[in-house]
Amino acid sequence: MTHSPTPSQTVGPFFGFALPFAADADAVDPGAPAGLRIEGQVLDGAGDPVPDALVEAWQADAFARCRTDGEGAFHFVMLKPGPVAAPDGRTQAPHLNVTVFARGLLRQLVTRLYFPDEAAANADDPVLNLVGDPEARSTLLAANDGVGKLRYDIHLQGDRETVFFAI
Amino acid sequence: MIERRQEETSDPPYLYPDYRSTVLRAPTRPLVQIPRDFHEIPGPVFGRVPVGELDHDLTRQHDGQPLGERIILTGRVMDGDGRPVAKTLVEIWQANAAGRYADPADRHAAPLDPNFTGAGRCLTNSDGRYRFVTVKPGAYPWRNHHNAWRPAHIHFSLFGHEFSSRLITQMYFPGDPLIPHDPILQSIPDPRGRERLVASFDFDTTEPEWALGYRWDIVIRGRAATPTEG
Repeated sequence: MTHSPTPSQTVGPFFGFALPFAADADAVDPGAPAGLRIEGQVLDGAGDPVPDALVEAWQADAFARCRTDGEGAFHFVMLKPGPVAAPDGRTQAPHLNVTVFARGLLRQLVTRLYFPDEAAANADDPVLNLVGDPEARSTLLAANDGVGKLRYDIHLQGDRETVFFAI
Repeated sequence: MIERRQEETSDPPYLYPDYRSTVLRAPTRPLVQIPRDFHEIPGPVFGRVPVGELDHDLTRQHDGQPLGERIILTGRVMDGDGRPVAKTLVEIWQANAAGRYADPADRHAAPLDPNFTGAGRCLTNSDGRYRFVTVKPGAYPWRNHHNAWRPAHIHFSLFGHEFSSRLITQMYFPGDPLIPHDPILQSIPDPRGRERLVASFDFDTTEPEWALGYRWDIVIRGRAATPTEG
C-alpha cells in the first residue's frame, strides 16, 4: 500500500438535514409481503437514548439507513437474507451487517444482526462462534416482536454492551 | 492493543475524553477481530439514489445565490494503491458562511441563509474524481469546553466498493487557527493523519473572477474495483 487511508471523523450532530434520502430506511417496499420491519434503539452508557446516530444495514444487494429520532429509535424494512458463504468456505447464518455512526463516535462501529428463528444456523456461524460469552453473543440476536417484526437494540456501553467487530 | 484499522489509518480512538461526547458512547470492550476477508464484501449499489445534475453545486439549489466566499472543491477518491474509485457516491454537508447548519437541531445564534442548504452529492468519474461548488463554511461554537469553536470544515460520506471502505470524515481548510485547538481533529494521534484531512489551496482549480479552488484527495480502504463502462 502506497497511500495511507484517510482518517475517520465523527458524523457530528447536524447531519439529519443532509444524509437521509427519500425512503432510505426501506430496502424494500414496506408493503412487500416478505418485508421484515426491524425496530430498535441506540443507547449510551447511561442508558439514555442516542438521538443523533445514523444506523445502516447492509446485506448482499440491499442497503438501508436511518437516523435515530429523539428516543434514539430507528427502523428498517428489509428482506430476510439467506445463508451466505464465508470466504473460507464455511456457511454463515443469515445476518445483516450493521454500521453505527453518531456524534461522539470518532469512527463507525460495526456489528451484526442475526435472526431468532435460525438457531441451528446461528450455532454453526463462524462469526458468532468468535464470541465466547453467550450473554455477549446474545447482543447480536434480534428478538421476535410480533408478526413480521423484529426488535434489535444497540447498546454502546453498559451491561448489555453490544459486541462490535474490528474492520 | 491498538487494533488493525487504527494502526493502518491513524484513525482516532473511540475514547478521547477531550471530546466529551465519546465518554458515554465509546465501546468499553475490545472489538472482536474477524478475519479481514469477511468484510471484503461488496458495498451497496445505489440504484435508488437519484444524483441530479446540479446536486454537486450547493450554490444553485435555491432562487438566489448564497452569501459567502464561493469555492470549488475537487479531488480524487482512490484505494491504498492509488487506483481510482470510480462511480462511487460522495455526499457532503456543511454549515453556511455564518457557521450555521440548516438543521433544526442547530441552535447557534448565527443567521440561516435562505439560499443555502449545505448538502450535496455526486458520483466520482472514471478517474475517481469528484467536484463540488459551494461556499466556505464558517467556524461555529460548541459546548464541549469553555470557548470551544469548531474550525471550518465540510463533512464527507463515502461508500467505496466494499463494506470496509465505508468512510465518514471531515475536511478542513489550510491555515485555520482553530485547528490546533479542535479535539475532534486532534483525536487523530498521528500528525500525518491530521494533515491528511486538510485540503490544499489550488490555483489550477481556482477560476478567475469566480471562485477559489481547493483540492482534497481521499484514500479509502478496500480494493478499487476495475472500472467498467456503463
